[in-house]
Amino acid sequence: MAKTIRDIYGETLVKYGTTDERIVVLDADVSNSTKSAIFAKAVPERFFNLGIAEANMAGIGAGLAAGGKIPFINTFAVFLTSLGLLAARTYGSYSNWNMKYVGAYGGLSNGFDGPTHHSIEDLAVFRTLPNFQVFVASDARQTAWLVKNAIDHHGPMYIRLTRNAIPDIYDDNATFKTGKGNIVRQGDDVTIIACGLMVKPALDAAETLATQGVSAQVVDMFCIKPLDKELILDCAKKTKLVVTVEEHSIIGGLGGAVAEVMATGGSGVPQVFIGLNDTHAETGTLNALFEKYGLTADDIVAKTLKGLGK
Amino acid sequence: MSTISQKRIDELVEICAQMRIDLIKQLHKIQTGHPGGSLSVCEILALLYLEIAKVDPKNPKLPERDRILLTKGHAAPMLYLALARAGFFPQEEFSTLRQINSRLQGHPDAKTTPGVEAPSGPMGLGLSAAVGMALALKLDKNPARVYAVMGDGELNEGTVWEACMSIAKFGIDNLTPIVDFNGVQLDGLTNEIMPMLDLGAKFSAFGFEVINCDGHNIADLYKAISTANSFGKPSVILAKTIKGKGVSFMEGKNAWHGAPIDDANFAIAMKELEGNANG
Repeated sequence: MAKTIRDIYGETLVKYGTTDERIVVLDADVSNSTKSAIFAKAVPERFFNLGIAEANMAGIGAGLAAGGKIPFINTFAVFLTSLGLLAARTYGSYSNWNMKYVGAYGGLSNGFDGPTHHSIEDLAVFRTLPNFQVFVASDARQTAWLVKNAIDHHGPMYIRLTRNAIPDIYDDNATFKTGKGNIVRQGDDVTIIACGLMVKPALDAAETLATQGVSAQVVDMFCIKPLDKELILDCAKKTKLVVTVEEHSIIGGLGGAVAEVMATGGSGVPQVFIGLNDTHAETGTLNALFEKYGLTADDIVAKTLKGLGK
Repeated sequence: MSTISQKRIDELVEICAQMRIDLIKQLHKIQTGHPGGSLSVCEILALLYLEIAKVDPKNPKLPERDRILLTKGHAAPMLYLALARAGFFPQEEFSTLRQINSRLQGHPDAKTTPGVEAPSGPMGLGLSAAVGMALALKLDKNPARVYAVMGDGELNEGTVWEACMSIAKFGIDNLTPIVDFNGVQLDGLTNEIMPMLDLGAKFSAFGFEVINCDGHNIADLYKAISTANSFGKPSVILAKTIKGKGVSFMEGKNAWHGAPIDDANFAIAMKELEGNANG
């Protein structure tokens, strides 16, 4: 069994945080879930558990950032978007303080706990905050890079993680850059832009589409902000249709961000939005949720063909 | 414990009288801004910036500086007057308050205003940010202190008490919260809007040493802050103040939390303030 994304995250924090004394890690009584507990065990003097008090945790993280530290602020994504938002807006966004919000259990990945614990609006919320950069982890190697990048880049940041393992998208030679999407499969007829857990089903969908004579290009848009406008417009120019796939509301997230670029770039190319259609989900296994709410490879194939008029 | 001379006390009393005049003149001129809470916090800010805290206006980001956070951000006008008096920027700049292209924003802005440590205005998170700063200083073995100047209405916010629990948990003794305890908030008396009952007992129960003082009496306030700084354990100062202090028709009145000052009221206020300043 491959390592979970959250384990990779916790281990990477230890890798850099053991020697880099600027790194401090905060959690709100879910460190065994977010895996910040791995850091807590290795570097207890720079780990702060604030109890079930997320807003206070984020505020303390802000003060640590003002004091020259690099705070990694951890809890479930849904609580960062809600209870962590005032500190994100006032200190991270407005003052450009170096706060790293890391949302564990992004999207529907905490399937069994239900909609109160799902995070389907985080990308939309954090994307609207000036100065914030927004990332979604698409696989294990990329997660390690996201942590390193958060340490190296000064400025507020939101990183969405997921609960379980994700099939590898990349090998050891992969490179990542802020503001640059990665083309993970070339194609000519349609571009599927996905992020996080949706990259693998997008690749699977492209495989199926190929058997039906449709050449699909797949982009891993792991950096939602700053968004790779150039790549999006190139894709729109090259292919007849753009499909966005996200484990998020179709309002305001990856799909919304891509649509803003396509509209202002004058591409004239239609877009198909795949995601949660202005609805909350429900309790269930992740796969059952993906099936019921239209986020499987088969759904991507069907909606792409429909978008192409086939 | 450090002490303050009577001569210095007299000077600070005179400076506060002048700061109140500067405040009312500007708020009358621009017809916006918060007089009530600015007048109540005057002595606290003057004493911190001009006497107690180690700050260097020539080097606002000096690592060894004490950090002063005005978490009741609506009293920004009085903060700016204190910063200007301390020398962080020219006193004339106060005339740009709340105007376009000014460094003096409606509420404190840490990016643009020299000496402002943290943005504030949204209530409830300032003490948390102060805790974070205090923790960072401890990690760096930096002996500087953090002061959080808070409103009593602000204590309605639950996050303040979350921050208090953190202060106790981590034994934070390099942070002094000072409550501008004026008993009035925007909509009315704090005892009516959201009664806090025995505030001292609340802080005690959260693990604080509680120091009560007269927030308009320089000598008393000085003694309270010096005592808090030397405790070596979490402490809080409840500085009893009067909202609108110095302008009789504003005193204790929630209506003057953020109301514009008309010409007739301005004339009355100036007569009283200038009388005090000369007396």
